Amino acid sequence: MVHNSLPLQWRKYPERYYLRGNYCENCKTSFFPQRQICPNCRRKGKLVEKETPYTGKIVSWTEVSVAPFGFENETPYFLAIIELENKVKILSQIVDSKKEKIKTGAKVKKLFRKISDIDPEGAIAYGYKFKVVD
Amino acid sequence: MAGIVGYGVQVPLRRITVEEIARVWKKDGKKISAGIGVKEKAVAAFDEDACTLSVEAARKALETAKIPGQKLGAIFVGSESHPYAVKPTAAIVGDAIQASPELMAADLQFACKAGTAGVQICLGLVKSGMIEYGLAIGTDTAQGRPNDALEFTAGSGAGALIIGGKENEVIAEIQDTYSFTTDTPDFWRRQHAEFPQHAGRFTGEPAYFKHITGAVKGLLAKIKMSPNDFDYAVFHQPNGKFPKQIAKSFGIEEKKIIQGLITPMIGNTYSGSSMIGLCSVLDIAKPGEKILVASYGSGAGSDAFSITVTKNIENKRAKVPVLEMIKEKEYADYAEYAKHRKKIKGL
Amino acid sequence: MRSVSIIGCGLTKFGEHWEMSFRELIAEAGVKAIESANIEGKTIQAIYGGCMASGRLIGQEHIGALIADQFGLNPIPATRVEAACASGGVALRSGILAVLSGAYDIVAVGGVEKMTEVSTEHASFALGGAGDQETELFHGATFPSLYALMARRHMEEFGTTEEQMAACAVKNHKNACNNPNAQFQRAITIEDVMNSGYVASPLKLLDCSPITDGAATLILCETEKAKKLCENPVEIIASTQASDSLALTGRKSLTEMAATKIAAKEAFEKAKLQAKDIDFAEVHDCFTIAEILATEDIGFFKKGEGGKAVEKGKTSLDGEIPINPSGGLKAKGHPVGATGVAQAIETFLQLRGEAEKRQVKDAKIGLTHNVGGSGATAVVHIYKAIGGKR
Repeated sequence: MVHNSLPLQWRKYPERYYLRGNYCENCKTSFFPQRQICPNCRRKGKLVEKETPYTGKIVSWTEVSVAPFGFENETPYFLAIIELENKVKILSQIVDSKKEKIKTGAKVKKLFRKISDIDPEGAIAYGYKFKVVD
Repeated sequence: MAGIVGYGVQVPLRRITVEEIARVWKKDGKKISAGIGVKEKAVAAFDEDACTLSVEAARKALETAKIPGQKLGAIFVGSESHPYAVKPTAAIVGDAIQASPELMAADLQFACKAGTAGVQICLGLVKSGMIEYGLAIGTDTAQGRPNDALEFTAGSGAGALIIGGKENEVIAEIQDTYSFTTDTPDFWRRQHAEFPQHAGRFTGEPAYFKHITGAVKGLLAKIKMSPNDFDYAVFHQPNGKFPKQIAKSFGIEEKKIIQGLITPMIGNTYSGSSMIGLCSVLDIAKPGEKILVASYGSGAGSDAFSITVTKNIENKRAKVPVLEMIKEKEYADYAEYAKHRKKIKGL
Repeated sequence: MRSVSIIGCGLTKFGEHWEMSFRELIAEAGVKAIESANIEGKTIQAIYGGCMASGRLIGQEHIGALIADQFGLNPIPATRVEAACASGGVALRSGILAVLSGAYDIVAVGGVEKMTEVSTEHASFALGGAGDQETELFHGATFPSLYALMARRHMEEFGTTEEQMAACAVKNHKNACNNPNAQFQRAITIEDVMNSGYVASPLKLLDCSPITDGAATLILCETEKAKKLCENPVEIIASTQASDSLALTGRKSLTEMAATKIAAKEAFEKAKLQAKDIDFAEVHDCFTIAEILATEDIGFFKKGEGGKAVEKGKTSLDGEIPINPSGGLKAKGHPVGATGVAQAIETFLQLRGEAEKRQVKDAKIGLTHNVGGSGATAVVHIYKAIGGKR
């Protein structure tokens, strides 16, 4: 299962643990996840590693009632597209938030949570989830 | 000089009341709640564990300390609910707060006092000049067997303290520390066992009370102080009753322990317990005030600390005080609690 | 300038084929297509097969060779084409390009998916592979949830309602009642849709296309040759394709699919036509909101007007632009790899006047629109009825 691919998870720690993305110094655009080539500047682009802000606002959201393999016991759960303060968009679960507060425009902040822990004897995948802040 | 330069606490959002747990087992919740001095306990969600709580507490500690993770020379995570039996929580925390790779790190276990054991190790490393800053975390998502007395109190939470040695940074100087340790079979969890076992009333007198008394007396003799020289006292708090009793035995007024007595609202957070209590006191203590801290870990031992708050505390308090933070909560019924804590067969 | 026409087609019934395997589905559609084209199998020179997730769904890869084998057509070259739910559409385009290049005169284009060999959770996970594994699936995103995120935005920006989305499902079910190959040949009401449970709010179960087994095959032929071989071939007058970011978060807008807009614009340019010249269209309605987005992005309606249009009956079989006369993915069924090919088959039948009770009146020009993932691939084809040997 790709979920439990250890080399993949391990490579993703900076992205999933502390939102490491990158930034093109040529066109002043932030990217998350990191890109190998700046899609705006291509060869002229100058990408440097950069952390993404931990706060942003909800652009759209959904309450998932039917889950894929590995998430069956988590339903219902909320997913949102979030625009972070550097304009980068990120898809994440929203937890620890009352349903009525989860709406477009709501401010959110990043948390550190377990994302996938389906094999009791396997490795745990940690990463980001967000919560609504007043 | 060495002491605390930053502190942080993380408590999960969910709570279950003692009365709700008692309802399921047809017990008198009101009486039990009054008897143990605990109203409700914090419940970690299915996607939280001792590690995620540690990371959040550590981030807040870095925030108050106003230092980046890279500056940490050591991380010690004390817990009896480390997510892995083998694979260090401290390394995960180190990566998550960007303290790696130049980092000394280890997990500690000493029942409920593994957090303060980390504080002592950091203190030694800082004082010896081996590291500039060390992070000690006490964290647990405590396990209690359904229908066991522990189920009413076994809570979840983490407290993190950053120890440093610069005079202009230390917000609370750790003047001295003293430990009292013996082999005492009051509470344990065997390898591979899901829930801990305990020896009932034996956990009181020969265990909790004897060891904390031993540590505090030893410390006070060493530093030539008396219990009444302290403005605040924080004792390990397996329930709301024991810390009051031990305070009374030292002649310490109850009002001195209330600020640091968090268990009535969030349950016993085990390794987090005395650490979170201390953090709550740091939320309000004034420069010059003195804090007595004594943790307790079954098995058994107690670490006592004499702490003096410095003037640096004024601009280094937590953004949200502990007592404020725990007001944000959401109640779970027993079924939801059982789901989140994976107490339902098949989860 | 060479041109390509369809001269034959074969389709299995769409649905849950408990008694048929992946191979049997392929063989049935292939045999029907070759018979329908009235050609010798050995005149077929190459095969392009669309299939999305056979690895996850049946543990089988190397589908190109498998199709050729099942058709009894070894040793001709056979190539699998994968572009998620647009695999069929992209396979068709690959076949077209192969004929246009002059490499071949006659090719077969297949599409197949066998989705019921695994549990719904596993099928859902397999389909999720059409999105971004690392930033969407990993976090628990499903396809309904990705489209739900678009739907919510469309509702908030344009006032589209859940009832309007429901109207797409009602219309498509109605059309499918007249399609003997459709998975759901039963009418439903707005109330039925509104009362079905949420899968990912605001999308409900009846806003979603089903899990389907099925296969489809087309026989393509160079047009001049087609006119000699076939009485009434259907010419493909435009074949375009565009791509966009795999993840939804990479899109400029959540309320339009840029890939659809670009592919449609280029297709109209190529065909020297406009949206108003199209008599009917088969669009990618994996979810009801997807049909609304498609009708806007292709240009049948202004942005934000798609919901109102379906509600007013503008896209009904007798409306100003009939959309999904076959029943669409929603009611005909959505065996992902076969869908793009099946859309072309419906268009072929409509333009030949062979669509029976669901026949669009005076259909001369048809359009198909096939999407991969949440909009990372879009394929558009435009078709015209032409006379052949008579």
